[in-house]
Amino acid sequence: MNTNRTPRRLGAVALVAALALTAAACGGDDDDVAATDPPVATDATPEPTEPAPEPTQPDAEPEPEPEPTEPETPGTTGAPAPDTTAPAGESLEGLELTLYSGRSEGLVQGVIDAFEAATGVDVKVRYGSSAEVGAALLEEGDRTPADVFYSQEVGAVGVLAKAGLLSELPADLVSSVDPRFQPPAGNLWVGVTGRSRVIVYNPDLVPEPPAGVLELTDPQWNGKVAIVPGNAGFQAFVTGFRVTHGDDAAREWLEAMIANGVRTDISSNGNVLAAVNDGELELGLINHYYWAGLAAELGTENMVAQLIFPKGGDPGGLFNATAVGITNGGADNPAALAFVEFLLSEEGQTYFVEETHEYPVLPGLADPVGYPGRDELDGPAIDLTDLDSLEATQALLTELGLLS
Amino acid sequence: MTRTGLPVRRPRPPIALSIGGLAACALVCLPIVYIAVRATDRGWAPVRATLWRPRTLDLVENTVGLALAVSLAAVVLGVGAAWLVACTDLPGRRVLRVALAMPLAMPSYVAGWAWIGWRPELAGFRGAALVLVSISYPYVYLPVLGALRRADPGLAEVARVAGRRPLTVFFTVTVRQVRPAIVAGVLLVGLYTMSEFGAVATMRYETLTRVIYQSYQASFDRTPAAVLGCLLVAVTAVPLVLAVRWGAAGRVDRAGPGAARRRPVVQLGAWRWPAFLAGWGLIVAVFAVPAGNLVRWVRRGSSSTTWGEVTGAFGTTLWISAVAAAATVAIATPVAVLAARHPGRLSTWSVWTAYAGHALPGVVVALSLVFFGVRYAGPLYQRTPMLVAAYVVMFLSLAIGAIQAAVAHSSPALEQVAASLGDRPVSVWRRVTVPLALPGFGSAATLVFIAVAKELPATLLLRPIGIDTLATRLWSHTDAQQFAAAAPFAAALVLVAALPTAVLTRAQLEDPT
Repeated sequence: MNTNRTPRRLGAVALVAALALTAAACGGDDDDVAATDPPVATDATPEPTEPAPEPTQPDAEPEPEPEPTEPETPGTTGAPAPDTTAPAGESLEGLELTLYSGRSEGLVQGVIDAFEAATGVDVKVRYGSSAEVGAALLEEGDRTPADVFYSQEVGAVGVLAKAGLLSELPADLVSSVDPRFQPPAGNLWVGVTGRSRVIVYNPDLVPEPPAGVLELTDPQWNGKVAIVPGNAGFQAFVTGFRVTHGDDAAREWLEAMIANGVRTDISSNGNVLAAVNDGELELGLINHYYWAGLAAELGTENMVAQLIFPKGGDPGGLFNATAVGITNGGADNPAALAFVEFLLSEEGQTYFVEETHEYPVLPGLADPVGYPGRDELDGPAIDLTDLDSLEATQALLTELGLLS
Repeated sequence: MTRTGLPVRRPRPPIALSIGGLAACALVCLPIVYIAVRATDRGWAPVRATLWRPRTLDLVENTVGLALAVSLAAVVLGVGAAWLVACTDLPGRRVLRVALAMPLAMPSYVAGWAWIGWRPELAGFRGAALVLVSISYPYVYLPVLGALRRADPGLAEVARVAGRRPLTVFFTVTVRQVRPAIVAGVLLVGLYTMSEFGAVATMRYETLTRVIYQSYQASFDRTPAAVLGCLLVAVTAVPLVLAVRWGAAGRVDRAGPGAARRRPVVQLGAWRWPAFLAGWGLIVAVFAVPAGNLVRWVRRGSSSTTWGEVTGAFGTTLWISAVAAAATVAIATPVAVLAARHPGRLSTWSVWTAYAGHALPGVVVALSLVFFGVRYAGPLYQRTPMLVAAYVVMFLSLAIGAIQAAVAHSSPALEQVAASLGDRPVSVWRRVTVPLALPGFGSAATLVFIAVAKELPATLLLRPIGIDTLATRLWSHTDAQQFAAAAPFAAALVLVAALPTAVLTRAQLEDPT
């Protein structure tokens, strides 16, 4: 039977298609995220508003320009380690570090690469969602291979801290960050970057957007709002809602949203943003920096979606933090502390401001370009530690049928 | 003649075979036991709370409804397509025979992203069903095609001579001859639909598997997910029982080549060209929409990847899929031989559990192995063998089906002849059974290889740190909204699965001994 030519021909067609796509996407080597236009409806001036106590850091550039001569750029392999990151100096060379990351690879691999280049440490990363990786840590207990856990938000590190799985960080390191991002006691974790919850909307479909999430139970938004209940940022928002407005108010809001046809079928913040941007969906609740991610891929000029940073204590404007902690096993690994120090160094912080468009936690560093300054954000006033009642939030969401 | 008249005395299975069957059974039972333990380790109150609520009923309805719709459509499409290319005068049927199997190479999430990007209104049941049917019907098409070509044309001829019309002959004689193949195929489709994550997630349709996955990802409390996992296993018992009742009966082996003449060709007449267009239209739709979407990703996006990243993931996918295929075939063989040669309680239970494994969501299999590995298999934890074990649990049934069919089609009479001439059982097995069933082993390995290459949820959870397959790279790029960078991985993934699919189909087309 002479059919053997056929598969080869089909294979050749597939091969040509694959090569064409690869060539097209491998073209550039440019991973720089250009400064973006403000995605915010209200004009937010990109200049830093707070006076820097030590003006050694280059100001936030309103437009791309050649990198400063000081090699602060993350990813530059030749960059010498900043002072803060080398307590043990060259002795880190050849060490291995196992990181469990609740943050996704696209957002943090760059800073890990920079750390490896600066210290010679070999970092092994396990990626997943914060709850997934956090639950794995609970399952593994002290048998975990992980030295460091880097979470999407404070709630998950709080749960692990309460379970006794994290070790204490040096007090001077924790106190080097903005007090808002410090734990009140114990020093078992520390904030790394700040992010705001936002409402994303499509101005073509929604000419008069709401100012906060409390308005979204109005019938005019019936079936037009998407949430992602499985997302750590959304869960932190609900926790903040519970803390500031009370459990009953949070439950009533969720029930009213469900009654108002809130959409939960879209499975991630990024997909919600893409749906809004494509005109498929009117509104969604996401984190602010996703906008910059999609703008980097599609080009700022192709961004239709706009962001609202809810103000006046509206729970939808929660200002939350990613957070890092060292496991009990990691306490013996000098590379673990060095990694945390690197995240909190100027180099690490600048990476997040420029590449992921998150807010720095070190005082004196510039805010990401194109977003309201840290001090203009006016979300609910809460202590981030209060977010560690994450499990109660998950129980509430489960009970309402939003999680399982 | 398809039936040899004499009742064959079934000897007791060799002890090695029984041990192998039991071991396979135990491996697949591990995740099932795990979710049962996890579901109840906090008492029965959370179990009741999760089960007795309207939403759970909705999820079961969604899951069963989707599985039924996809199974029915896959039977119509798979049997119809196989009949067209095997029994009719369809123009260009030799090329179409191979092409019709190619959708097997399309990963569900690649198809899902493409269809919803092109036609957002398909979101929900329609879109999920469309994607799943379009990529899973080859599970029916391939075995039915093989069975049609092996089936003795003599019976159909007798029916024709007796005056039955061609279509009546098809339904009364031919379909009955290939019934075991249809049942085996549709069972795979139904169980696959129940455990499938990519298509329902991209198409935004809530099934048990999707909600189990979401619950595991979104919550520290794993009890609700485990309870829903148990429910899913219970739901899959229904098609398993039905399949055993309908599919197991009947012998299909032929001792000799049968009637030494060509199979009669059904004349399609005026339907030749419409059928031709329908066949090719199906292939074009399955591949053109995703291809168009990948081109759109590259044109709209500015992210990029490197050749090294793509070729590295390509190589990893190749070797890990090959290792998993070899391991799965090795573990499936005793079960398949038991089922084909020594039907009994042990073989029935082994096959049942293997098929139940196919219905387990990847995330459940992965988490049970994490749970087990951390406690009892420390050195293997987060190493390649655990990942391979997960693949074996999930895809064992694919291999069993293919090997069992091949062994069943080789007549036991030949083994009996060898034994009567003084060969020892092991020697009979090596010199007669394996060579006769060799194409079946090839098909089994290829089916598993394709499924492993496309697998995502378990791979994400269990891969050793630093191991990246095409599927995981594709996932992490799309997760980071780097669609242009994701496109080459999607294309390479389709390629990696397409070549074995073509080989597999050729194997199916080879004439039986």
